[in-house]
Amino acid sequence: MALTNETIKNRLTAKFGDQLTNFEEPYGLLTFEAPKDMNLKVMQFLYDDEELRFQFLTDLTAVHYPHQQDRELAVVYHLHNLTDNIRLRFKVFTSSIQPDIFTATQLYSSANWMERETYDFFGIHFVGHPNLKRILNVDEMEYFPMRKEFPLEDQTRIDKDDAMFGRGPLPPAANQGAIETPRHPNEPRVPASGTPGVEGPKQDWSTETTKQ
Amino acid sequence: MSTEQHIKLPEGSIEKTTTTLNMGPTHPATHGVFQNILELDGERIVSAEQTVGYIHRAFEKLAERRPLYQITTLTDRLNYCSSPINNMGWHLTCEKLLGVKTPKRVDYLRIIIMELSRISDHLICNSVVGVDSGAFTGFLYVMQYRELIYEIYEEVCGSRLTTNMGRIGGFERDFTNTAFEKLEKFLAEYPAVLKEFENLFTRNRIFMERTIGAGPISAERALNYGFTGPNLRAAGVDYDVRVHQPYSSYEDFEFDIPVGSTGDCYDRFLVRNNEMWQSLRIIEQAYRKVQEFKGAEATVFHADAPDYYLPEKKDVYTKMEALIYHFKIVMGETEIPSGEVYNAVEGGNGELGFYLISDGGRTPYRLHFRRPCFIYYQAYSELTKGAMLSDAVIVMSSLNLIAGEMDA
Repeated sequence: MALTNETIKNRLTAKFGDQLTNFEEPYGLLTFEAPKDMNLKVMQFLYDDEELRFQFLTDLTAVHYPHQQDRELAVVYHLHNLTDNIRLRFKVFTSSIQPDIFTATQLYSSANWMERETYDFFGIHFVGHPNLKRILNVDEMEYFPMRKEFPLEDQTRIDKDDAMFGRGPLPPAANQGAIETPRHPNEPRVPASGTPGVEGPKQDWSTETTKQ
Repeated sequence: MSTEQHIKLPEGSIEKTTTTLNMGPTHPATHGVFQNILELDGERIVSAEQTVGYIHRAFEKLAERRPLYQITTLTDRLNYCSSPINNMGWHLTCEKLLGVKTPKRVDYLRIIIMELSRISDHLICNSVVGVDSGAFTGFLYVMQYRELIYEIYEEVCGSRLTTNMGRIGGFERDFTNTAFEKLEKFLAEYPAVLKEFENLFTRNRIFMERTIGAGPISAERALNYGFTGPNLRAAGVDYDVRVHQPYSSYEDFEFDIPVGSTGDCYDRFLVRNNEMWQSLRIIEQAYRKVQEFKGAEATVFHADAPDYYLPEKKDVYTKMEALIYHFKIVMGETEIPSGEVYNAVEGGNGELGFYLISDGGRTPYRLHFRRPCFIYYQAYSELTKGAMLSDAVIVMSSLNLIAGEMDA
């Protein structure tokens, strides 16, 4: 008998009662939520149970919801039962103040780097992980860049000074009362151009970059 | 005579009997930017430690500020040996979220392109295994036939490596006759080339001695390490996303899943070679199916998805509605329906997954790429433990590690 979402759900509720919540099936994929300290128990049960046999960890990642009080971070597991060819997804929510989650490395060797990546980008502390350090970012980084408090630059902003990046002339205001740019002692001094903002500063910078 | 030493060695250096060797980040044998720190006892590897992240480009973060169609270019740069598969995987994910149903002809055209890229991916991997074991000829020989595949890409989308091919709902334009002619040329010429390539390697004594037993992994360990794709199949598990969760009408095709048994370099090589034959079979079937379309169906190359598929240029200039759609799509002002979707395709290296969460805004709320390379590379230290230094190189190339995919 092929395993269906319905039987998985029944089996899980028989074991864990009402601790597992928010059963959904978005696009046919069974999704539910487990309490923070139960993630390993649920995974172990899914792994060991002779009917369920979810023994392949497809994916492990996190999502940041900054507006959910005490449930800011969600760790998402995608598991796959290769025998019956059925997937499921479950989530564990934690606060961003104390983001402690049990590690899955004892169960899945593949969880090692996936958890390191999740730690690297979201700062989730996997309790019991053998080597929890940054993996893709530099070790000296002091923040967790995938959190929503680090927005990418707004593409529509207009306060950006394009001239500083070699695009378009310098706005006239920027050149008035120009600050002397430090230059190399051996470089011959180029007289500052008379008309502010049109060609002068551009020329200055190009000579500076080529000579230095 | 006193036994005093004249050269003072640092404390502890006499006791240390192993050598530390840095392979990478810019070593020719890594074929990409990543590092292996090997601890060697003579020529035997005692332990290996991998470092990745040298070309991390924050794709997941970038994707949170981009409309869906602009994310296609990011997927190009994951596994750049088979960019079209990544592109199509992304379009399929979007279509799943948006509920866009693609016509059969689009599915078949996509399959032709995806299988061509699988061939080019495996071709690179297998010929590089040859290079790393000292046989350069195979690599040089097959490269000119990969060129035929790239010419087809060029004809279809205009670029070769980072293709940005297709759109949500289909292709940007129909395949030209030249594209089909090039495909026919490829189908006619390639089997003989692949046969010749196999003759060079498969029963080659030197190659066999180098690869058999190098970097083996059991099926159980491979599954535990999250292996997918040819590397998992070489260990004897017949898991293939194309068969287990058919997408883009793969269920209409007949092909086999080649499997190995020992999971060593030789099996990985054989599995990839056989997959190329299977891909050829699929392309031939798909091309025949494409030719069978008659009448209006024979020119369909995209789905009817006006919110996401750019209207024709001549309509943009003459019709109000088309102009509005064009503007909204290009400026990224289309609201994406909220939802949560995981979609996987069989990439060159295994299950390439896209986990997309939309909160109803114009850009994804969160996008995560399941990159097969990143996941199975962590098994490398286990694969090379106790092996020879030269095996470390060949194991690396036969796993087909692509730095772009590892670091996202």
